[in-house]
Amino acid sequence: MSGDRITKALLFISSLTILILSAGIVVSLFGGAVPAFREFGLRFITSSAWNPTAGSEQYGAMSFIIGTVITSILALIICIPMAFSTSLFIAEYYRGTRTSGILRSLVDLLAGIPSIVYGFWGFYALRPLLVSTGLSDQGFGVFTASLVLAIMIVPYATSLSAEIISMVPSELKEAAYSLGATRREVIFSVIIPSARSGIIASFILALGRALGETMAVTMLIGNANVIPKGLFAPGNTMASVIANQFGEASGLKMSALIAIGLLLFLITALVNYLGKMIIKRFA
Amino acid sequence: MKNSIILLVAAVALVLISCGGGGSTAGKQKQVTLSAAGATFPQPFYNLAFKKYNEAGGPLINYGGIGSGGGIKSLRDQIVDFAATDAYLSDAELAEMPGEVVHIPTCIGAVVIAYNLPGVTDLKLTPELLDGIFLGNIKMWNDPKILAVNPGIALPAMAITVVYRSDGSGTTYIFSDYMSKVSPVWNGQLGTGKALNWPAGIGAKGNPGVAGTISQSQGSIGYIGYEYAFAQKIPMAKVMNSAGSYIEPSLESFSAAAVAEIPADTRVMITNSPNPAAYPITSFTWIILYKDLAYGNHTREAAEATVNTVKWLTGDEAQAIATSVHYAALPQNAALQAATLLKGITYKGETLLK
Repeated sequence: MSGDRITKALLFISSLTILILSAGIVVSLFGGAVPAFREFGLRFITSSAWNPTAGSEQYGAMSFIIGTVITSILALIICIPMAFSTSLFIAEYYRGTRTSGILRSLVDLLAGIPSIVYGFWGFYALRPLLVSTGLSDQGFGVFTASLVLAIMIVPYATSLSAEIISMVPSELKEAAYSLGATRREVIFSVIIPSARSGIIASFILALGRALGETMAVTMLIGNANVIPKGLFAPGNTMASVIANQFGEASGLKMSALIAIGLLLFLITALVNYLGKMIIKRFA
Repeated sequence: MKNSIILLVAAVALVLISCGGGGSTAGKQKQVTLSAAGATFPQPFYNLAFKKYNEAGGPLINYGGIGSGGGIKSLRDQIVDFAATDAYLSDAELAEMPGEVVHIPTCIGAVVIAYNLPGVTDLKLTPELLDGIFLGNIKMWNDPKILAVNPGIALPAMAITVVYRSDGSGTTYIFSDYMSKVSPVWNGQLGTGKALNWPAGIGAKGNPGVAGTISQSQGSIGYIGYEYAFAQKIPMAKVMNSAGSYIEPSLESFSAAAVAEIPADTRVMITNSPNPAAYPITSFTWIILYKDLAYGNHTREAAEATVNTVKWLTGDEAQAIATSVHYAALPQNAALQAATLLKGITYKGETLLK
């Protein structure tokens, strides 16, 4: 067999493995979720009851869906101004300078910190700070979790946005300058319009990451299985409740947790698909 | 180049072979390896005890702290030699097992009420107060109901934050079993279970998580395994027992809870003990194993090692280890019952212990 054919076969096998793996995950999630959906029907999605006591078992995913969506959206809102201005700084204002290089490596460094470390930092540093402001009794809750989530997703949004901003053709910018545009005008009238969809896609991918984040959230959100009563009240997210309750779960509860996993998988897939579609339009 | 690759492959293969055949090391007799899984509540005890037993020539035991539920599942799937659980198997769970299962109590653990209140280290609580606090009805530390039980103690005007287990756990089961016995309201609203529908407070994962959250949060209160509160030096409340005395958590007051009559299969919750000297929130923790150990591809050798290990675990030597890591030793009657039950363990119908 020639080397070319071997390479081709290897590539084919590894791609096929990925395909089989993802199909396997979907199939086993579906299979595991069936008992929960059979028992509760669509009520599983719309109900916020979560009562694991034997005899009066009731499971609904609503409070976790709300917790996940609120923390992720809030994280995204906090992340946008930080990531957007940092990426402009790196890719336009200080493009090619040593400052930009250092900042870029710092952003990459932030992306590499394990989420449990962010959780620790939130638990020991950020939480007491929130308590001292008097906004929250113990500092656990939706807001604290969102803040740490925001910091965690900033690096992703930043490096992707910076990449896209630096891809804006310099001919376009030079043309604008030659027409007498100021730097601010170039940014807002040339760079942002032509990089818009790419920047949006980078934030959507960051959102996808926030949706699935588990450890840091579980350490800070308070793990109360209810719809959060306010920004500083405890709640729980889909990924966090699975991580918490999986160990001792069996029967219907296990199925309910797998069903939450399936819902999370679908939501994340949808968000990623949206991001891909926008990138496609840009390219 | 090619030669060096062949050498490397040969070296790796050699390492693998010597690992795989670890038992055949010259001079030493073949070592039996057992696998076990289950509760995390007694895990500090089991880890230490199994290590010492192995050093003394016993089998190598791999214990996975995957939770009582996981342990029960592993035993049902017959992938472990024995399992460990904090809640005994219900009749329904026993019926689901492919064979007859025996419960062997190994030690007594207690759940303590730990709290973090600036300047307060001597807090007394009654079942009524526990009920009010954990159901979210008593919201402030200087509530008249708490003050009435704790005269002379300067309780701050601080909000109470309840901390509970966010994961399913034997600790929650023991605490809720006690609360259901002493409070009809609790029994109706939350009931007994490894995970509950908590109306107030925040959840933290695992005993270490709850202990850490309490020690970091002023005004908080929660339930944790005694050894965790002891290790982290978190203040523990005295709890009023069924005789009306306020009992300080201690190994003696835990052991006192188990002196009452124990059924032959040892499936009993000893919370809310009638003994006036007993701390009320205590429980046995069990090793569960099949009555006949000839299942799957189980050898007689592994079966003997299993029974001997569990027998050793309930004996004096291991019980002293339990005490050293803050679990109460089995009282005489429970140890005797454990010994009787172990004599009934068989391999293809043949008893393994004399």
